[in-house]
Amino acid sequence: MSFSEQWVALVTILSKEIRRFMRIWVQTLLPPVITMSLYFVIFGALIGSRIGQMDGFDYMSFVVPGLIMMSVITNSYSNVVSSFYSAKFQNSVEELLVSPMPNYVILLGFVLGGVARGLLIGLIVSLVSLFFIDLSMHNMTVTVAIVFFTSMLFSIAGFINAVYANSFDDISIVPTFVLTPLTYLGGVFYSISLLSEFWQSVSMLNPVLYMVNAFRYGFLGITDIDIRFAFGGIFVFVIIMFMYALHLLDKGTRLRS
Amino acid sequence: MTAAISIKQLKKTYNNGFTALKGIDLEVEKGDFFALLGPNGAGKSTTIGVISSLVKKTEGSVSIFGHDIDKEGPLAKKKLGVVPQEFNFSQFEKVFDIVLNQAGYYGIPKAEARSIAEHHLKQLGLWDKKDTQARFLSGGMKRRLMIARALVHKPELLILDEPTAGVDIELRRSMWSFLREINDQGTTIILTTHYLEEAESLCRNVAIIDQGTIVENTSIKALLKQLNRETFIFDAKETVSSDICLDGYDITRIDSHSFEIDLEKGQSMNQVFNKLNDKGIEVISMRNKANRLEELFVNLVEANKKSKQGVQA
Repeated sequence: MSFSEQWVALVTILSKEIRRFMRIWVQTLLPPVITMSLYFVIFGALIGSRIGQMDGFDYMSFVVPGLIMMSVITNSYSNVVSSFYSAKFQNSVEELLVSPMPNYVILLGFVLGGVARGLLIGLIVSLVSLFFIDLSMHNMTVTVAIVFFTSMLFSIAGFINAVYANSFDDISIVPTFVLTPLTYLGGVFYSISLLSEFWQSVSMLNPVLYMVNAFRYGFLGITDIDIRFAFGGIFVFVIIMFMYALHLLDKGTRLRS
Repeated sequence: MTAAISIKQLKKTYNNGFTALKGIDLEVEKGDFFALLGPNGAGKSTTIGVISSLVKKTEGSVSIFGHDIDKEGPLAKKKLGVVPQEFNFSQFEKVFDIVLNQAGYYGIPKAEARSIAEHHLKQLGLWDKKDTQARFLSGGMKRRLMIARALVHKPELLILDEPTAGVDIELRRSMWSFLREINDQGTTIILTTHYLEEAESLCRNVAIIDQGTIVENTSIKALLKQLNRETFIFDAKETVSSDICLDGYDITRIDSHSFEIDLEKGQSMNQVFNKLNDKGIEVISMRNKANRLEELFVNLVEANKKSKQGVQA
């Protein structure tokens, strides 16, 4: 396929993915907005006012970037895992596999679909947060870059999960038992400086901590970690996981008998 | 002339150890209307799966219009359109979107795709359903949707895996005429079907596959010539006696007014009628008992089974 044909194919998958999550907006866009609004009200306005300051900022300002990132991560992941697994389940994945599209176009199309949903949710949640705080921006480039690559990383992870999944149960195991604990313990609600030295070291093994902190740095200019390390780690993981997902597609793992 | 499809020593053994294809050789000429027949589990769908790259082959080679599917996969895929047995589109997408998306996967720009999709949806009587989600279509409409989708990138080879299964007679006939039309326009068609009347009516050449091997590969005409016996059913005006017999003929009473006679190829019908006349039996109608191809098909498959059993014994 020529470059222009590949471009048409990529845009086709991406627009199909966007149409899909927009069509079922009650399932895809509304729930995270409601959940995050509740977080803002409970942790920010009600409980947050009694907590006081965290790293020099009032608790609401501290927690909002983490909550935005949390919604981006979960939505990027769940968009790709559910969309690609549904395509497997309904056999409509065959439409892609019989076509002359290179596998990297298929993968990129689904990943960008996940990124599109993740970023849209991030934007909506950010707008909702404006009802509760004045959202400041310390470094726009860092904020946009970290949210984009984090969304990409979890979209690829969702794709890999979907390739291996044999049932709808399989696509909820990772979000429930891996993603949620990592996110909740990833410094969304607290600074790891509050933890003992041992638990600080344990927290440093959590990749989500780096993403949340780098994102918070973009808004507030504060971080528990070195954001260069965060960016480096994310780039490496994006490349490794993209190559692995591509390898699964090339081999036809659980896609071609 | 380059063959539309060339299959050489194609073997497929699944992970569970089942060997679905045991070394198939098959060549289909460009422009042909070809039937691939076989009983359930014979290997037809596996063959189609390998051709369309949904099934990984164990050994052998497949070329589509001279493009090896391993070495020149994208070029081979561009030439091929597949209508599978099972519905394989998203049930929640609209009819028009399903066809447009498929065009997009082949790199066809949207404006061009829209006009091709409109053309095929109109041809197949689905245009008024273009904004309907696929799940609300009837079974026949879903089959036609898969044909429209398979044709959107203008494939030179179209493979249809039981396209008329579960489709009513009227719709089946209209699909036949549609397929004849696109074949006349130059598209090579390979068809698998359980309706042997369909193969006899549409196809010029045929391969019969059984237990992973090709047991016959010839023209429909040549195949039908192999028949050396035919059974005819006669309807009599008056009641036929229960002990009806006719010298030199194998005759069986069916009911009070009908009976059947087996005839060797080349045997005169006049003699039969003379003898019936002598017995005072007046015939008011006569028809061929079974689909001729069906008879041959059963004979070939049975013979293959017996020969395999013989080898095992």
